[in-house]
Amino acid sequence: MIELVNVRKTFNGRVVLDDVSIDIRKGETFVIIGQSGTGKTVTLRHIAGLVDPDSGDVLINGMRMNGAPRRVRNRLREKMGVVFQSGALINWMTVGENVALPLVEHRKYPKKKIEEIVDYNLKILHLSDAKDKMPADISGGMKKRAGLARVLVRNPDLILYDEPTSGLDPVMSRVIDDLIRQMQREFGVTSVVVTHDMASAYRVADRIAMLYRGEIIECDTPERIRNTENPIVRQFINGELEGPIDVA
Amino acid sequence: MSFNITSGEKFLGMLEQAGFIIVVFAETLFYSKNAFGKWREIFKQMYIAGVKSLLVCSIVSLFTGMILALQAGIEFATYQQEAMVGNLVIATMTREMGPFTAALVLTASVGSAMAAELGTMKVSEEIDALEMMAISPVKFLVMPRVIALSIMLPVVTVYVVVLGTFGGGVVANYQLLVSWDLYYEHVLESLQFKATYVGLLKAYVFGIIISCVSCAQGLKAQNGAIGVGQATRTSVIVSFLMILIVGYIITALFYGKAL
Repeated sequence: MIELVNVRKTFNGRVVLDDVSIDIRKGETFVIIGQSGTGKTVTLRHIAGLVDPDSGDVLINGMRMNGAPRRVRNRLREKMGVVFQSGALINWMTVGENVALPLVEHRKYPKKKIEEIVDYNLKILHLSDAKDKMPADISGGMKKRAGLARVLVRNPDLILYDEPTSGLDPVMSRVIDDLIRQMQREFGVTSVVVTHDMASAYRVADRIAMLYRGEIIECDTPERIRNTENPIVRQFINGELEGPIDVA
Repeated sequence: MSFNITSGEKFLGMLEQAGFIIVVFAETLFYSKNAFGKWREIFKQMYIAGVKSLLVCSIVSLFTGMILALQAGIEFATYQQEAMVGNLVIATMTREMGPFTAALVLTASVGSAMAAELGTMKVSEEIDALEMMAISPVKFLVMPRVIALSIMLPVVTVYVVVLGTFGGGVVANYQLLVSWDLYYEHVLESLQFKATYVGLLKAYVFGIIISCVSCAQGLKAQNGAIGVGQATRTSVIVSFLMILIVGYIITALFYGKAL
């Protein structure tokens, strides 16, 4: 479903992604882990078509995302959603208006139907009480969940999550993890999750890939990652200070 | 060598900026067919551009008219022609100072706010979120602002001209001892149809320039708060320069043959 083929990306001369190749299968939950600044979010933005690689290709269902005209990108994005780290809610609209935004803008349904869809999605994310609140009046975790609700109303086939559980309490993290699993189980949704939260990664992942200094150094099932021989991966997943990763 | 590279990079950067402003303008034209669907946002932006700038516009226009009248009055007084102040104030206000003053005030107040607002949305990933929902940021954010400002700038210009002329009258009456009747007789004598429509045309064009430049700068913002600040500052500078240059071009087009 998603293929990154020899993707290389530099920012101001600094190599962020170096010859990265990933193949994500349909219906899979693929988790990318790694230290801050190793290019996890950049990888996600490549898949979303928000960033183009310097070289290499990003293929979604066999269609090239990089370099594609906006019309093609929009078509590829029709069944794709991104849950941004900050929620990325439009700050002058209420939570309810934010969640309804894609449906209102694309005039998909009548007003009453949109209202029903919004209410349902806010309910499953425990946000019904926040419907009429402004983004500035809710917590970071609620913003993130509202961002997820805005993605869910579009019934996407592919959801990209940028740190979906960071800043959430353990119970709410579990709600999000279960939802990712539920979306996969019931609707066959493919998910790509970028996270530091190893507990969450083990819960949701079918496969975990670790990015280190712009390269994928290991990609395997959660069980194998847990028992890895790779000293870098082991140090990272166990959160150890001693090891090959430079913590300075 | 490094000087040449830096200058070259700067020049390319300027060209890229100019190109992006043109792209934003072209897309705005394309999406203006959807303006009726965005009437609520357009009215909101018109309110911000018009009503919320009223106090600053009032003070600036009043004093512009007063300064014009006083400076001209001093000269005219040497020839006992103080009443001519009315002719000079209305001609200057309708042709140049009205649209120019309104444009400067709205660049500083509304244009900078547009750049800051869109810049903040850009760095907080809200623009990316719109792109991911296949919602064009130009259709959703820029088009209503451009339409609102291109409507409101001529309206504000009329207000500035009226108030500036009144300010000139106050000075004429109280400092140059020209009666109100005589002042307004001279004002009406020099109030030309051509000057009015050229002035309004300028205001309309300035409205498009300010909003397109400011929104384009906002959409290009990066690097957090510093980037937003930079986008805001650049939007004001570029708008000022373009207002001066385009203002001259319009004047030359309509009045150049009179030379």
